Amino acid sequence: MKLQRKNRLRATAFGALAVSGALVLTACGSDDNTKKDATGATSSQTSAAASNVKCDDAKGQLLASGSSAQKNAMDLWVKNYMAACTGVEVNYKSSSSGEGIVAFNQGTVGFAGSDSALKPEEVADSKKICKDGQGINLPMVGGPIAIGYHLEGVDNLVLDAPTIAKIFNSKIKKWNDPAIAKLNPGAKLPDKAIQAFHRSEDSGTTQNLGKYLGATAKADWPYEPEKKWPAPGGLAASGSAGVASAVKQTDGTIGYFELSYATSQSISTVKVDTGAGAPVEATPENASKAIAAAQIKGTGKDLALGLDYATKAEGAYPIVLVTYEIVCDKGNKPETLDTVKSFLTYTSGDEGQKILSENGYAPIPAEINAKVRETVASLS
Amino acid sequence: MAITTGNQAPPAGRRRATSTGRAGDKIFLGLSRGSGILLLVIMASIAVFLSYRAAIAISQDEGNFLTTFDWNPAGDPPVFGIAVLLFGTVVSSVIAMAIAVPVAVGIALFISHYAPRKLAAPLAYVVDLLAAVPSIVYGLWGSLFLVPYLEGLNLWLDQYMGWTYVFDKTEVGVARSLFTVGILLAIMILPIITSVSREVFLQVPRMNEEAALALGATRWEVIRMAVLPFGRSGVISASMLGLGRALGETMAVATVLSPSFVISGHLLDPGGGTFAQNIAAKFDEANEFGRDALIASGLVLFILTLLVNGAARLIIARRKEYSGANA
Repeated sequence: MKLQRKNRLRATAFGALAVSGALVLTACGSDDNTKKDATGATSSQTSAAASNVKCDDAKGQLLASGSSAQKNAMDLWVKNYMAACTGVEVNYKSSSSGEGIVAFNQGTVGFAGSDSALKPEEVADSKKICKDGQGINLPMVGGPIAIGYHLEGVDNLVLDAPTIAKIFNSKIKKWNDPAIAKLNPGAKLPDKAIQAFHRSEDSGTTQNLGKYLGATAKADWPYEPEKKWPAPGGLAASGSAGVASAVKQTDGTIGYFELSYATSQSISTVKVDTGAGAPVEATPENASKAIAAAQIKGTGKDLALGLDYATKAEGAYPIVLVTYEIVCDKGNKPETLDTVKSFLTYTSGDEGQKILSENGYAPIPAEINAKVRETVASLS
Repeated sequence: MAITTGNQAPPAGRRRATSTGRAGDKIFLGLSRGSGILLLVIMASIAVFLSYRAAIAISQDEGNFLTTFDWNPAGDPPVFGIAVLLFGTVVSSVIAMAIAVPVAVGIALFISHYAPRKLAAPLAYVVDLLAAVPSIVYGLWGSLFLVPYLEGLNLWLDQYMGWTYVFDKTEVGVARSLFTVGILLAIMILPIITSVSREVFLQVPRMNEEAALALGATRWEVIRMAVLPFGRSGVISASMLGLGRALGETMAVATVLSPSFVISGHLLDPGGGTFAQNIAAKFDEANEFGRDALIASGLVLFILTLLVNGAARLIIARRKEYSGANA
């Protein structure tokens, strides 16, 4: 009896180990499948071209942290850069913009990635870390925020800013609302409730959508652009991936996320009626056109951008996100300075920017990019 | 301590485990006492750390920490409160317990007293395996499978049980509600309650059961008269273990729930939130102060768990003498 019990126990333990092991592995694996799909395919093409990276005096290990919106781009950059410069290790921890800035201001990272420019109090904090200098924003990656929807029988949904605002703050509750019907003549809109999904956690994507709606539909979107979802009502899911899968799952839903999530899960995206001749689709090229209208609003070496969300330019997709790399203009840590300069020279260079458009991101317009390169070269 | 002389009589009035004075005994005594003290020290330092950071946050909270229906420590002025989180945590755990405990006791009884041996072993094995599944897997399963499939149940409850107010669905939306979370939590805590209850039911003295059978009791009567009274305190302990998991469950809730800072008695409506879910959702983007605020909410969860465990101990202590465990 005792022996039997022992054997059974052992068998149980072994079986449990096998099954839970498999489950743990699948849990890890399923985490970022979609991202791998989005980048994995193209990375082999681009890595071959990573030949004229200037390594200069780069050496040792460079730590960086921040925005997850630029994670896929950063993964490619790091991979290509490290292939060209042996002996250098760049480690970008994709956490979130807020975390990146906190880490930067504690002096634990060489640079931070962020979806929004430094706030005045964060600049003040950065002066403790940057000797005789301060933290500055270098725009490096642009990208469209897609409004994805799932509605049987409707393919080419067109919305404008006030309608989007009203949908997301529960003022428009049905798909066959006259406001939507007016923008979509001829579409068979069902008498169905709209389920609008937003991010359940604080997010730079939410903030950027808020900035767009605040700039273009102030009357219908009276909230401050914050990382926290401001409007009452609606449904929430966690992460861009969560929102995308919730939209994919149920008929009658709408939500927002970076374009790559829509393409990898083939979710239909809304065309935005900006007042231009034709409604604009969310694509990297169209996002680039909108970013091209941006003005630099930072002073000195700070290149924080003021985006023109209300742009009516032909084919310019206005709901865009620009993510920055944050460095010190003066007083970067001497042990990583050379590596930071060399790495950011690569990412802002022709080759680094070209990779972006191949991967669902939008390159920074040439005029601004020239200033970024100039600033990177002058870092000290 | 030196009781090595011939006189072995224990000191009067106070009975202690007698030590033979061997080195092994002393070492073991030291080790176990040390572990006990270490545990208390760890718990105390957690409490001190949480209270310290929480005090920083609460002192700057412009809302009422207990009654504000919002969580915005990054705002100007910072406003946050735990009312919604407390409500959501308690309600989802209560739903989970209401579903899981009867089912778990049923399964445990079936495995220990009804099922043929051939079936009982694999069944027990499968239930134990459920406990090894990581919660994020339950979360993914919940959001991809449970949420769409619960829509039918929700409609049915709304139509036939809507008069109860609790099951009246007033907002459209997929089933990302506290009710769904409760069902998911019930499935998650089922194995631990089942396996502990099963062990307890197997400990029922054979003689009690046989005596009942000899008096002509049916199997159900045996269970009612001998097994359940004997196992009651064990089942309560098992339920508390399960409740502990339900109160603190994070990833599964964060994946399934559609959080919003409202308290609604309509359990089928999307919305609500729990402590652990809120911490997981807000921690990433929170600044130093935001983290302190989350830690303050963690402190409340800590206290809630202590209270629940204390209450459970009281209940068990009251019932111990009737349980037959000391027979």
